[in-house]
Amino acid sequence: MHKHQKRPWTFYVLATLFTLFVIFLYGPMISIFILSFQGPTGGLVFPLTDPGFHWFGALFGQARTGDVGGAFGRTLPLALAVMVATVVISVAAGLAFRRRFFGSSVLFYTALASLIMPGLVLSIGILVAFQFLGLPTRWYSSAFGAHLSWTLPFGLLIMFAVLSRLDPAYEEAAYDLGATRWQTLTQVVVPIVLPGIIAVSLFGFTLSYDEFPRSWLTTGPQNTLPIEIYTMTTTVTSPALYALGTVTTIISFLAIGLALGSIGYIQHRRRNKKSF
Amino acid sequence: MKSRNLIPYLQAAPLAIVLFLFLAAPLALVLVVSVFRNKLFVGLVPAFTFENYFSILTNAVNYQLYLSTLKFTVIVLAVTMVLGFWIAYFLVFHVRSLLIAIGLFLVCTVPFWTSNIIRMISWKPLLGREGLVNTALINSGVIDQPILWLLFSDFTVVLSYVHLFTLFMIVPIFNSMARIDKSLVEAAVDAGASRWKVIWNVIVPLCKTGIGLGSVFVVTLVMSDFFVVAVMSGGLSGSVSSGVFFDLGILNYPRAAANSIVLLAIVVLIAAGILRVVDVRKELTG
Repeated sequence: MHKHQKRPWTFYVLATLFTLFVIFLYGPMISIFILSFQGPTGGLVFPLTDPGFHWFGALFGQARTGDVGGAFGRTLPLALAVMVATVVISVAAGLAFRRRFFGSSVLFYTALASLIMPGLVLSIGILVAFQFLGLPTRWYSSAFGAHLSWTLPFGLLIMFAVLSRLDPAYEEAAYDLGATRWQTLTQVVVPIVLPGIIAVSLFGFTLSYDEFPRSWLTTGPQNTLPIEIYTMTTTVTSPALYALGTVTTIISFLAIGLALGSIGYIQHRRRNKKSF
Repeated sequence: MKSRNLIPYLQAAPLAIVLFLFLAAPLALVLVVSVFRNKLFVGLVPAFTFENYFSILTNAVNYQLYLSTLKFTVIVLAVTMVLGFWIAYFLVFHVRSLLIAIGLFLVCTVPFWTSNIIRMISWKPLLGREGLVNTALINSGVIDQPILWLLFSDFTVVLSYVHLFTLFMIVPIFNSMARIDKSLVEAAVDAGASRWKVIWNVIVPLCKTGIGLGSVFVVTLVMSDFFVVAVMSGGLSGSVSSGVFFDLGILNYPRAAANSIVLLAIVVLIAAGILRVVDVRKELTG
């Protein structure tokens, strides 16, 4: 209806602001992607000389850059485990929060408090707790828990938003037709809220995969990738650092693409089905 | 019938257990350790002393750290709030196609799912002495000496914070703004309100919750940061958390714990102050 209206002048001002912001957001990232293809004699800044894959090879080849391969081998399984646990726990809790139960407010605000808890403080607490119990800190135990305390509030908030829009009539219809609680959950509720579950997975995976402050004191003797990168920023002064940045960012982008792509695909299919 | 009433408890139990084990209990231990004594070569010595807090409150360096953190927080909050508001406003009220608006919104949020450390480091080849910005400015004749404060200064720290945290402002403001009934805006325009009056008297009050939530995020993120300030100031600036980080480096866990408690108390007070004005639960479900 207002398709033919002239755009106000503020549109052009704000469109410029938005464009500049996007350049500000992605420009630096793009510059290190380019610099990671620096030749063997190239430096940390432009110009790009003799471009190639030299520093990507150096990343996994030399001992000088630390145990990058090993760090990948720990960070990926950790992120996947955190993702699965985040989905299961958030969906279950999201379902619980549809009704008021004793302690629901306390639990909800504790989860929110987790969101504003400084990561370093949590890191100290978990380290001391493990020492207190006589347990060693490991990436698969203490860091796993530390990451969950960061991903779960996001998971819970997404499930809150998604489940509040779920019409209870669907479940009632399923019960009326004789479905059990489990059947209703797996065959009615989960398929409907699937896009939300994918979003929770995306948060679970990427937040764990990139987490630094909460990992700082909780990973134990074997580093995860963000800690490896942090150490490299002080010790490695070659474009290998940029190559590592490029590799990790590509993995993040793959996860984001996969998640957003499948959400988009599901929504698209739903729209098409509704049309007849 | 009785067993059905237990179901919400079973569903919420895993969350409660994780939050107890990895949030509440560790936090309680930090509080306990903060009154312990630190003994050289021995480590933690159980005690009940306030000397760690005393050492923090009487140390002039700590006040400087708090002041510096406060300065960064205020500047970053102001910049991200203005940027976040106008970007959300652009997406909600100026982009006509909903699909394009969602697409552009995602463009703003994608960096959230990538590594903060990498995003921070990626400023280095641009801002250094021989970086892209200095080279371009020298080549074009604007300056003849490289600008040194572009990298490793308070400027760089603020730039990195704005770069990393603006989306925490955009998302909640966008969320509240998208729910504003467009007919309210039309009614205000029909009643003769100017564009600015509509923004100030209709739109801003209706996204108060979003602005509040975004502010809580930004304040907490800046106050609990230690690595951006360490890396991007080149060691010239510090924050409260870098004080904690330093104590951990010299293995003084009790003072690190006491420092953490002070930091946490301040963060919680600010967050509670902001959240008093906004109802989070309503915002999420309503």
